[in-house]
Amino acid sequence: MNLETFAIIMGGLTIGSALMVIISKNPVKSVLFLVLTFFFISGNYILMNAQFIAAVNIIVYAGAIMVLFLFVLMLLNLSKENEPKNSVFVKFAALVAGGILFIVLIAALKDGLVIAAATVDQSDSIGLVENLGKILFTKYVLPFEISSVLFIAAMVGAVLLGKREKQLID
Amino acid sequence: MVLATIFQNGVSIDFYIVLSTILFVIGVVGVMIRRNAIILLMCIELMLNAVNLLMVAFSTYFGKSDGQIFVFFIMVVAAAEATVGLSILVMAYRNIRTTDVGIFNKLKG
Repeated sequence: MNLETFAIIMGGLTIGSALMVIISKNPVKSVLFLVLTFFFISGNYILMNAQFIAAVNIIVYAGAIMVLFLFVLMLLNLSKENEPKNSVFVKFAALVAGGILFIVLIAALKDGLVIAAATVDQSDSIGLVENLGKILFTKYVLPFEISSVLFIAAMVGAVLLGKREKQLID
Repeated sequence: MVLATIFQNGVSIDFYIVLSTILFVIGVVGVMIRRNAIILLMCIELMLNAVNLLMVAFSTYFGKSDGQIFVFFIMVVAAAEATVGLSILVMAYRNIRTTDVGIFNKLKG
């Protein structure tokens, strides 16, 4: 089995599990399928030789963000029975709009490659930790520090919003 | 250890353009057809991941690592967005006991 068929199988699995996220009626199943989708996307990253991003994707998305989603889901006690549903007309309109968006995006992206293809310079080690760490702490050190401020803001905001208010304002 | 990239082995960049466009469209359609606010946040994560996939594909294809650094920052922003969004959701659930976005219509004129 060569690498091309492997990439196609991996892409098909990614699309299939992403479809199951929006199809399945049970929210917990949706979360678990989204975790599966992130694992398949990490597989795609490994195929593209981006090991650092693959590892970070599993740790941050599948490990942290999706666990947070699952916790909130279990906190809210949702089930299949009280899952809100849209009408068939809205679903049909959404599918048509999504199909049109797909066609437009493909048509816009397809021609962008012809000009850029001449400057391809492929090296093998750009996705490894050594190379990415060097760039992250030299060229992109200011955005890196600013993102820590963003995290503090998000943390403070989450604590403030999640705190139960003692006195009710009427 | 796979050191030869997939693009040197016959897979074209068009494959990843189509793949990530399909993932993005699945996210958009999910936002439109579902009404549970948690599923909506999950579909937003799916769209962000589609963009990440395309960015890594282009970064590997052109041999420049800036795209992968951007993916790292997108993950940072996604984590912050998920925490704040979920805490807003928990807050709203406490007040009106539902996560149906069709009922969140108090701001409607």
